[in-house]
Amino acid sequence: MPLLELKDMSVAYGRIEAVRGISITVEEGELVTLIGANGAGKTTTMRAISGIRPISAGSIWFDGNDISKMKAHERVLHGVIQAPEGRGVFPGMTVLENLEMGAYARVFKTKAEHDATLGRVFELFPRLEERKSQVGGTMSGGEQQMLAIGRALMARPRLLLLDEPSMGLAPMVIQQIFKIITEINDSGTTILLVEQNAQQALSRSDRAYILETGEVVTTGEGKALLADPAVKQAYLGVA
Amino acid sequence: MSTETTSTVAHLGIGDRFRLWWDALARPTQWAVGVPFIVLIALLPIIKPPVLTTVGTDFAGVLAQFGMYALLAIGLNVVVGQAGLLDLGYVGFYAIGAYTVGLLTSPDSPWNQTDSWLSQKWAWLFALPIAIAITAISGLILGSPTLRLRGDYLAIVTLGFGEIVRLLADNLTTITGGGRGLSRIAYPIVGVSESRPTGYFSAGNNQAPITSGVAWFWLSIVLIIVVLLVVGNLQRSRVGRAWVAIREDEDAAEIMGVPTFKFKLWAFLIGASIGGLSGALYAGQVQFVIPTTFNIINSTLFLVAVVLGGQGNKLGVILGAFVIVYLPNFFLGRTELFGIPINGNEIANYKYLFFGLALIVLLIFRPQGLFPARQKLLAYGREVYVAARRAALALTRPTSDETTGGSR
Ligand SMILES: Nc1ncnc2c1ncn2[C@@H]1O[C@H](COP(=O)(O)OP(=O)(O)OP(=O)(O)O)[C@@H](O)[C@H]1O
Ligand SMILES: [Mg+2]
Repeated sequence: MPLLELKDMSVAYGRIEAVRGISITVEEGELVTLIGANGAGKTTTMRAISGIRPISAGSIWFDGNDISKMKAHERVLHGVIQAPEGRGVFPGMTVLENLEMGAYARVFKTKAEHDATLGRVFELFPRLEERKSQVGGTMSGGEQQMLAIGRALMARPRLLLLDEPSMGLAPMVIQQIFKIITEINDSGTTILLVEQNAQQALSRSDRAYILETGEVVTTGEGKALLADPAVKQAYLGVA
Repeated sequence: MSTETTSTVAHLGIGDRFRLWWDALARPTQWAVGVPFIVLIALLPIIKPPVLTTVGTDFAGVLAQFGMYALLAIGLNVVVGQAGLLDLGYVGFYAIGAYTVGLLTSPDSPWNQTDSWLSQKWAWLFALPIAIAITAISGLILGSPTLRLRGDYLAIVTLGFGEIVRLLADNLTTITGGGRGLSRIAYPIVGVSESRPTGYFSAGNNQAPITSGVAWFWLSIVLIIVVLLVVGNLQRSRVGRAWVAIREDEDAAEIMGVPTFKFKLWAFLIGASIGGLSGALYAGQVQFVIPTTFNIINSTLFLVAVVLGGQGNKLGVILGAFVIVYLPNFFLGRTELFGIPINGNEIANYKYLFFGLALIVLLIFRPQGLFPARQKLLAYGREVYVAARRAALALTRPTSDETTGGSR
């Protein structure tokens, strides 16, 4: 049984269908990537999985349960956690407060568990520890991205949804973020990743789906897609 | 932590400095400072300090009105300052609170209960919780459909709500008395004596030192303290954190597992109840309600108190309420100020003009209000820009070797 399964899911904005009957599965422990051009419907898909955008057809299954009708904040309780596109850091809260907000719904049972999780986040992102009393809104773009991921980790996700974590970052920081994503995945967290940076994303993911105008056009193993001539041409900038 | 905070003291505003100072005091010291301060405030209408006191109108009455506005500001601050919901029709709740007491206890009302199960002596006190409950319910009724709307839409709908309440009061003539209003509303009958045949709270009590105004001022001080304790506890709880998150980024809050709709509704309901409480106080104090008291301009005035004082800061908005109520009354009847001849009545007449100007000036130079909530919570504009640039430079420059660290 896959951890996440989208069955013929459609999402519409008014009369326009941004996502048209896509089917995607993510197995427990996998790192799966969704790539596609601007406006292909990637963010829409992520928002639908999180529940902040209702679906118009099909269904969403998580851990064997149909969560299509479940409220966004209840999905969080089940461990569906997203670091949204544009980061969604709380601008007036400090870094530490932002991180604590990550654990808002999934309260830590013990102080030790809290400290261990926070310690783990600081281990992955030492920058966050250095700046823990700085307000989120004054962090740089890269730092905010780290904060968004760190905050998501504070919720101890069963499924981590990352929407373009590399957006707007310097190449070196992108490298670092991808390394950390792999690390998080290696330590057992299932990840669904949306990326424009196809080279990096495909080479690091188990499987990938390619989305074009709201439909899945290709799917396969990450490395295999990396070698696919059509993919190469469309997403890797190789003629 | 403490070293960090002290090193930044230089950049802090009055509100933050006060908070730092206050938080550093031990509990007993806080009591030792706080209690005499409140007592001093409470004694103001009896002492009538020469410069502070009003000349054209009863100083105690002005302070009593300030007490009610302070409650309104605290209640509206929960909605606007803490949860970030722009409510332009808050006066509607004030009206519902006042009219509930009026309808239950005024002989002009067809629903008057003072001749049946409500004894005249306790009528006001009994009507008070009913008024709060009915206002809370109206908050729920207004909030349930509208809190799904965001920003501007919410502001427009609440504006409409405020007007609807006033128009109902004005036009349901057979129930509310229409423009003539409801008179002889009940008030607490306490301390009846020879010199005060109707007790301390009666509008007719002008026996110094404890006049009607003083009694109502003291009652409102007690209620303000109670409300502040409740709201303060909420603010420090999970509910308060949820409100901050919603105010800052509603989608992100929802993604963090905050049931945003539920908590917005709570903010609305709590704000409404406090507005209703204030309205009930008002009705008891003046023993008379008419629709024009509850027009939109008053709603705006409450909002001015909140914005002026500093959204999100409970004590700040109380000061805001003080400014709003006190200043016009200060000028009323004054013919000279520090030796300069002035026409105080004219100045008081133009209060909306002055508040408008003050608000514009404030929003340009100090958008966070006179006494902002924790400054960093509201830091924006240039401060953020400067800090963000500094952070960005720090990220790209000296530590770039660390970021590439082990990535081959
Ligand atoms: N709130 C909205 N109202 C109407 N249309 C929308 C809305 N949000 C997105 N769309 C449309 O839906 C389509 C898919 O948008 P989406 O944000 O999912 O794209 P994306 O794949 O994430 O793109 P990008 O790579 O640029 O982030 C686009 O055509 C977009 O214009
Ligand atoms: Mg997107």
